Order: sequence, then structure tokens, then C-alpha cells
Amino acid sequence: MPEHQIIRIEPENARLRLDFRELWNYRELLYFLTWRDVKVRYKQTAIGILWVILQPLLTTAIFTIIFTHFARFETLQVPYPLFALSGLLIWLFMHFSITMATNSLVSNASLVTKVYFPRIIIPTASVLGGLLDLILGFLILFAMMFYYGINITWKILLAPLFVLEAIVLTISFSIFLSMLNVRFRDVKFALPFFLQIWMFVSPIFYPLDVFPENWRILFYFNPLSGILEGLRSSLFGQNFDLVGISISTLLIVFLLIMSTLFFKWMESEIADLI
Amino acid sequence: MEVIRAENLSKLYYLGGLRHNSLRDTIASIFKKHKLDLHKQELWALRDVSFSVRDGETLGIIGNNGAGKSTLLKILSRITKPTSGRAEICGRVGSLLEIGTGFHSELSGRENIFLSGAILGMKRKEIEKKFDEIVAFAELERFIDVPVKHYSSGMYMRLAFSVAAHLEPEILIVDEVLAVGDMAFQKKCLNKMQDTNQSGRTVLFVSHDMLAITRICNRAILLSEGKIVKEGNATDVVSEYIASSSKISHEKIYDDLKSAPSSEYVRLRRVRIVNENRETCGSFDIRHPIGIEVTYEVLQDGHILLPNFQVYNQNRVHLFTIQDVSAEWRRKEKTKGEYVSTAWIPGNLMAEGSFLVNVAFVTYLPRQILHFNALEVVGFNVFDPMTGDTARGDYTGHMEGVVRPLVNWETHRKSISVKA
Repeated sequence: MPEHQIIRIEPENARLRLDFRELWNYRELLYFLTWRDVKVRYKQTAIGILWVILQPLLTTAIFTIIFTHFARFETLQVPYPLFALSGLLIWLFMHFSITMATNSLVSNASLVTKVYFPRIIIPTASVLGGLLDLILGFLILFAMMFYYGINITWKILLAPLFVLEAIVLTISFSIFLSMLNVRFRDVKFALPFFLQIWMFVSPIFYPLDVFPENWRILFYFNPLSGILEGLRSSLFGQNFDLVGISISTLLIVFLLIMSTLFFKWMESEIADLI
Repeated sequence: MEVIRAENLSKLYYLGGLRHNSLRDTIASIFKKHKLDLHKQELWALRDVSFSVRDGETLGIIGNNGAGKSTLLKILSRITKPTSGRAEICGRVGSLLEIGTGFHSELSGRENIFLSGAILGMKRKEIEKKFDEIVAFAELERFIDVPVKHYSSGMYMRLAFSVAAHLEPEILIVDEVLAVGDMAFQKKCLNKMQDTNQSGRTVLFVSHDMLAITRICNRAILLSEGKIVKEGNATDVVSEYIASSSKISHEKIYDDLKSAPSSEYVRLRRVRIVNENRETCGSFDIRHPIGIEVTYEVLQDGHILLPNFQVYNQNRVHLFTIQDVSAEWRRKEKTKGEYVSTAWIPGNLMAEGSFLVNVAFVTYLPRQILHFNALEVVGFNVFDPMTGDTARGDYTGHMEGVVRPLVNWETHRKSISVKA
């Protein structure tokens, strides 16, 4: 930090400007809060980190049993367990992170009312704390892809792009909902319903192909559809639905901007509201 | 150089009304907006507070609960924004508004040092560099890898303060955090803070411990109901605060003859504490004499009447009793009229703290009579200005003892060799 920085304290400023230099100065705090969330999560559990692997695997097994024996989905050339696991990894990460992050500002009230730092770090750290699980999950997915003998194409190089989109989308929802939850504790109760509905309208355990072609485009206005379809196309070497992915990507950028603006707008009041 | 300048800082809180925590209230308030305004209560936690602090200064902030001290610190720490007014701070700010900020009970002492350090604004490298020092200051070498949930509250507090004490911001903002913990560690912390002060750092310090304020701070401001009511030399502001907050003042006047302490021989009219210039005064430099002055009416001729004062400290320990033993009045009968007697307690005798005085009138000859004894009539307090020429010498920490006389010392060397 510079020797003589001047801090100006003024009433509500209308400037909705994100101070990137300040955020950069606080990068170590983001790291430490993320590290704390990871460290604390599986404390006092009997099998600890095994849960990270068990959760997606068990859910995949259940989905596989249900959707290959009772209701059959045509998942192109991809074996259903791979199809389901790839979607579930992303979904479980989002579900878990958004749930944790929504409550993060409130559960860190003692920090928020006692120390200054850019508040956006708290929900962001909550999301980043889930990344370790996501990485482990992908290792299992790759192992299974190898087992099923999936042909790896150059398209897999684009996979990180869609994971990044998933992270950005999660952060957007997290910062928006965490701030909204400071003001309205109703959010905490409404969230499980919202997430459940979101899960059913997203192509997590069914492919978008089950819908007629001219209806499919509508699904991309759910940005998660673009992420899942794009990710699977890159993993399993299928064709990208470029229009759909573009719509979803633009929406994700838009949501990030809007939720950040909302957060900045509410930020100055947070210590008085919490 | 001014490092903090606050201009007309104000903070308005709404009680009730605006703070809906649930969606239902907000939706409801849209429909009955006018009704809501009626029982929306405004509270100005701060009102037009302006002051400045120079580089290296230690400013004490005192006042009753709810006077706005914490709100002021929160604004300067950027935790909450002022409703109006502005402030400028030049330099890196460290705030210590709570002991153990950011501690997580599941994590070990070692992990919490890094976490809390980062939250309080330390860089990772800084923490690594000072890690051993922090552990040693907290005296927790053996337990540093144990989760803090297994710590005793004393250990927890020591670790938390130790992290905070090793912060090196240019401007340190400290709320009442020293009030916890055992005495020995409190002393250590106060000394550490004074080191902090002596190394030229600017400190804003809120405390209810008036001795700590007079000891550490050069200057102080007294807040009352969100406004600055007095600003200046720390000892002056503290004595003003003590005088205004304690029911026992340094002057008591009995206007009503009926309720004045009296007997058939004597009636009390006024008691006050005075300084050498005979001015009413509530706060004394430990080096200066303290006068207890009584004004009384003698109602009958021909009796020996002696004023008698009993002095107590704030813990109600009876320190001593003084009465008029002067050759002039000791055995002399007084005639009717109004009299003023003053007893002078010499400088360099009282300890620091606040004191209460009972006022009695006695007669010993020809027979013993206690005319009356009025309890806790006046009070005064004593501070050490830390000039080095008092009984403290160079010691700046907490001193035990109910009195603190400055005595003469003699030391002679008896022999040149030392016995083996």
C-alpha cells in the first residue's frame, strides 16, 4: 500500500464504481477467507473429504437407475452416468455455493460490523471455497470417461471456459442473494424452492434434445443451460450450439454486472442493517 | 501534520420504522407509508462532530454509554457511513473494535493468527515475520496447534490481543477492548499500547477507564448525546467528565437551612474542594495540595467546635481522618457567626483515583460530642501527569496501594567488595 494514501469518508456516494485497486490490495484476505471456509467445512466429520466424492457419485447412481430403467433419455453417444455426473458436478457446486454464500454476510456479521474490507470478498470466498470439491469431482469424471472409453477431442480445451462461466454465474447469484438476505431474511427460506425449480428447468439429468428444436432456444435464457450444454459438448466432443451458448454467456455477463451494482448500492448500509 | 480531520460528522439512525427485516414488512409499508412515518423514531447518534488529530497524537474519546463513541469509531473505521459531514484520514488505519475479530473456534491458534491478522489488515509476510513474537507475547507456545475452542477464555483473549498488538498501522483505532482479561495481562497490554504511542503512532482510544485515558492520551474529547461537549487536555476533559457523571460533585451548598446537617451548636453551609488558588476544583495533579473547605455557622457562643473529615477511596476504603488540631482553634471556644475552615492534604500523598469526603463536627472538651457526620458530601480525583518527578518515577503501569507518598530515599555503599 502506498505510504500516504488518503481515505475519504463521505455520506452515501452515488458513484457505483468498483474499486479494483482496493480489491487487489485485499486479495490475501480473499485467500484467507476461502482457506478458512475449506478448512472448517469438514471439521468434526467422520469421513471428511470423502463426502466430496460420495455426494456426486451417489446422486449419479440414483439418477442412472431412475432415468435408464424407468424413463429413458436419449443422451446421444454419451453413456448416461457420464452425462448425469458432468451436469451434477456443476449443479452441486452451484447449489452448495449459493446456499452457503447466501447466508455468508449474515453469518459473518461480527466481521462486517467490526472491520472494514470490501464486503464482496465474503460471498466470493464462500463460492471459491467450493472449488476444491469441483476439482476433485472432475478428477472422478475424467477417470470415468477413461473407463467408458470416451474419445477426447480438441474441444475439451474449451471446457475450462464453461467451468469459469459456472463460477461467474454462481458468484453473481451469491453476491446478489447474500446482500438481499441481509435486508430480507426471507431469502434463506425461499432459496431451497428457487434452487429446486432451477434444477428441474435445467438440463442436468435430461438433455435439451428431448424438446422440439424450435423450443430449445428458450431454454438458453436459463444461463445454466448454455454452461451445461457447452461443457458436455467440449467434454464429449459434440457440436456446440453456438447461438444458445452466446445467449447464455451474454446473460451471465449481464447478471454479474447487475448483481455487482446491486451489491455496491447496498454495501454502505450493510453494517446498520445486519 | 493533521492525519485525521472530521468535519460535521453526523449519523442518523431510525428506530423501528425503516428496519424491516422481512419482505412482508416492506410490502406492507408500501401500502401504509404514511402510518409508518408516524412511529418512525429518529436518533442522532452523532451530531456535527468536528475535530482533528495530529500525527503521533493519542486522542481519548470518553462519554457515557450511548454518547456516540462507538458510532464515531465505526465511521472512522469505514464500517458505516455518516449521514452527513465528511472526514479525511491520511495513512493506513487499523481498527480494534472487538477482541478476537475473525477468530474461528474450530481453527487452531496458529491458523487463527493468520486469519485474524489478515482480517485486521496484516500482510501474510508480516504475519510470518512476527509469528513467534505474537505467540510469545500471548504466552501460548505449548497450545498453538490446539483448536481455540479448547482454550480458556483467558488464553483466547491473550491470543486475540497479541495479534492485535502486533498490528502496525499508522493510525490505530481502539474501542474498549482492554476491559477484559486478568489484571496482569491488562497491564501488559496497556504498556504495549504505550510503546505504540511512543513510537509516534496516532491512536484513537475509547475507554471507560479514566486512569488509562489520563495515562495514555495527550488529548481527549468528551461526547454527550452525539455532540462534543468538551475537548482539550486529557486530564481536564476527564475531570470534567467525572464531575458531570458522578452524583458527588466537588462542591456542595446547603441552601435549605432545615435540611443542612446541623446540631444545636453548629450548622453546615457549604463544603468544597479547592486548589492552591482557592478555586473550586475536582481534579488534582498528584503533586499539588488539595484543600477541603467547610463553611459553617456557629449557633451558640462558647463551645469548642472542630471540623472533622474522613477520606475514602473509590472502593470505600477509609484512608484517613483529619480534624482541626491547630494550636489556634484546638481548645478555643467559638463565638456565634459564620466560619470557613480549610484542611490541606499535601501533594504527593494521595494515590491516583477518585476520593470521597465525609464531613463531621466534633467537640472533645469538656465532654465528647459528635454534632453530625454528613456522608459522602464531596469528592475529587487525583491523576499523575507522568512527568517522572512523582512516586511513580519512570514506571507507567498500574500501581497498587491506597496512598502514594513521595518519600526520601538514602542509599550508601557500605563496602567496595562483594562477599562471595
